[in-house]
Amino acid sequence: MSQTEQTKNFLEFKNIKKNYYENAVLKDISFSVAAGEIHGLIGENGAGKSTLMNILFGMPVIHSTGGYEGEVLINGENKLITSPKNAIEHGIGMVHQEFMLIPELSIFENIKLNKELTKRYFFNAVLPKKLEILDIKKMRKEAQIALKKVGLTIDELLPVAGLPVGHMQFIEIAREIDNSKIKLLVFDEPTAVLAESEADRLLKTMKSLAKDLNIAILFISHRLDEIRKVCDRVSVLRDGELVGTFDHENLDIPKMAELMVGRNVDLTFKAREIKVECSGTPKLELRDFSVRMPGERVNNINLSVVKGEILGIAGLAGQGKIGIANGIAGLFPASGEVLIDGKSLRLNCPKTSLESGIGFLCEDRRGTGLLLDESIEDNIALTAMVVQKKFLKKGWLKPFQFMDQEGVTKRAEEIREIFNLNCTNVKQMTRRLSGGNQQKVCIGRVLTTNPSLLMVSEPTRGVDIGAKELILQKVLQINREEDTTVLFTSSELLELRSVCDRIAIIADGKVVAILPPDAPDRLFGLAMAGDIEDLNRELGDLKK
Amino acid sequence: MNQCKTFIKQLGFARGVIVAFTVLLFVLAFVKDLQMGQLISDCLSRFGRHGILVLSLLPFVKGGLGLNFGLPVGVLCGLVGVVFSINLNLAGYDGLAVALAVGGGLGIVIGLFYGWLLNKVKGQEMVVGTYVGFASVSFMCLAWMMLPFNNPTLVWSIAGKGLRMTIPMDDTYGRILDNLWSFTVGDIWVPTGLILSFLVACILVALFFKTRHGMAIIAAGQNEKFAIASSIKPNRTRLLATTLSTFLGAIGIVIYSQSYGFVQLYTAPLMIAFPIVACILIGGAGIRTATMFHVIFGCLVFQSLLTVALPVANEFIGGDITEAARIVISNGIILYALVGVGAQK
Repeated sequence: MSQTEQTKNFLEFKNIKKNYYENAVLKDISFSVAAGEIHGLIGENGAGKSTLMNILFGMPVIHSTGGYEGEVLINGENKLITSPKNAIEHGIGMVHQEFMLIPELSIFENIKLNKELTKRYFFNAVLPKKLEILDIKKMRKEAQIALKKVGLTIDELLPVAGLPVGHMQFIEIAREIDNSKIKLLVFDEPTAVLAESEADRLLKTMKSLAKDLNIAILFISHRLDEIRKVCDRVSVLRDGELVGTFDHENLDIPKMAELMVGRNVDLTFKAREIKVECSGTPKLELRDFSVRMPGERVNNINLSVVKGEILGIAGLAGQGKIGIANGIAGLFPASGEVLIDGKSLRLNCPKTSLESGIGFLCEDRRGTGLLLDESIEDNIALTAMVVQKKFLKKGWLKPFQFMDQEGVTKRAEEIREIFNLNCTNVKQMTRRLSGGNQQKVCIGRVLTTNPSLLMVSEPTRGVDIGAKELILQKVLQINREEDTTVLFTSSELLELRSVCDRIAIIADGKVVAILPPDAPDRLFGLAMAGDIEDLNRELGDLKK
Repeated sequence: MNQCKTFIKQLGFARGVIVAFTVLLFVLAFVKDLQMGQLISDCLSRFGRHGILVLSLLPFVKGGLGLNFGLPVGVLCGLVGVVFSINLNLAGYDGLAVALAVGGGLGIVIGLFYGWLLNKVKGQEMVVGTYVGFASVSFMCLAWMMLPFNNPTLVWSIAGKGLRMTIPMDDTYGRILDNLWSFTVGDIWVPTGLILSFLVACILVALFFKTRHGMAIIAAGQNEKFAIASSIKPNRTRLLATTLSTFLGAIGIVIYSQSYGFVQLYTAPLMIAFPIVACILIGGAGIRTATMFHVIFGCLVFQSLLTVALPVANEFIGGDITEAARIVISNGIILYALVGVGAQK
């Protein structure tokens, strides 16, 4: 990159701020991308990357929530991008993580979709331009040129359906390149679905696009080694703040990882003692355990949870951490072996899972966790009643036993007391409750089944601070006082580090490392990025 | 006052209009000096007559299957029960009991089949149900001709075989429940037994939804994912809900026929689902939500409306617009509910 180019920024963010309702998701972001530069953008889930991209593409979600503050400069001019179409006109393109291709159409039709070339025909003397016929020959030729630019030699007449995923990714890029005005390409985790060799080729293509066509590239990825390979500069986002921009020369992966996850906030439960003897009898053992959960696949993991501990499961979105608990609970097809107290558990059967004393608080609160149109008390009692036949009046013919309304209300009042549930009364519909209170009802329902193994997934997502602390405290209390083993899945590392005894980090469907909660930030960062090489080196350094 | 406001809000605009229209008709009837006693008596018996049929929709909605447009399936089972008991020359409570037992039993068996079918077409229960209803009515048109009934009160007198279109029940158990414990206040006649039978059915169904299986139906109907996580099998609860609905449909038509005094066969049940569905919808139910209150209130309002509309219209227009009004209102409210699905929440 020459000096003159470097000064000529194609895109510049200047003091971007964005609030969703009261919640600040971007705080004063400023950085720039020059023509011909590959600029890396990294950050945890929820760090603000997608919000920033939504602003860049003028997505309706931004404008319907009050727009943003600050300036987006394109070629040095302040531009307000009002719609995705507008963004394309400015020469900004996006290569999506999921393929946005129409499988039934051929490759060239996909590339030329909505920018078809037409030619005049006999009837066009009277018919409007929209009814001109397609110039197939020219379209094929231009498509072929675009394909060549991304280094793909393939017959453009083939249908997209049935092509290998790697090819689809390149076709997607070719479609963006085919826009002659293209100046900036955003790659949103393009390698997530690719095999290693394909990913390498993609990185090479990115480099040549930047060099030969002088296109600016914004590269979003969780894979730090890829970032190191191709990026000229890297910006790190954390909690909506830009915590640093690095040049290629001083790219320091452990440092970046540390910046990505590290926080200056005090840990809430610092005073608690960590149970160190984590070698006791296992409560739960997973052997070659796989779960086919779309977007959260788990591949052949081995993990054991010691009786009485809180094991945290951390990892980035889409890496498989959510899949583990869902697989054990029998909600998604699983294979392998699961042992509870040394006894094999029948898989893919929610009933046996519940009967063996497993309580599962699902991450999908409004979907799987609640009956929104039923009362708080019915929600709390339902699972226990249906599965364990609790809260039923005795003496009736078995199938016609009636619900013990008094018992149910009593239990609901207990939960209301314990969790400080904010409601007018326990007969209120759960739909009317706030997110935090809904979550408390969900936990109440799970606890009412008296689980000996409690699995909680994202228990504090979308919950206000007060409720969050209370929920964490209760989980800790249940574990310490009632000796319930807890499997705690969360995207918030801070939260895991404040309650867990050990934390397993999942990347790419596998357990990368099991770390103590007080391990240094950079180890967590490296493990979450799946960077085993650097992680082992760091671990080795630590031991010395 | 506040409660009143929320009630009106929940009722929705279209339903509010219908309720207001009914009240207006009553006022007009009073002003025009029509026989109010007679009108109110008619309202009460129509209310009791249709009650259990409307109630039969409740398990279906609660089970998450939508509105049971396949109501004729259950109704036909009940009709077989009635014809069976008349064929045996059974009169009085014996006849009614046999009709209920045979009709209800058949309703359970056929309901299981119907539920099995609906589990194959998840998400399209209402469309499929409509056609299953139509098809079963046509099928039974053939069957009524061929079934080996031989009681002279039932079959065509000339041919000596094949059931008649309409069979009077005066000699067997026509109006037996209506007359049970009935009394007159002023000039209003109250069919106590009929209304009691409806209310008892309501209580039994309400109690059922307080059992383990009833709760499971509600849970699976509202949120299938939740149900699976609580180890409820949605297919089984749907089967149970459909069977219960079909069973109640069969019982309902037996009660209806005895109160009406005639058994109507062949194409009579073809369109029966529509006004019945309209009843529960006018009561405030939707495709995904329904309560016992919706059943009782809706049945009362819609049946009163139909009763009063005829004489009042005669006073003003001098022609019969009731049939047209019935079709416009019942289909209109169904349309309203179908498009208003999202607006409910």
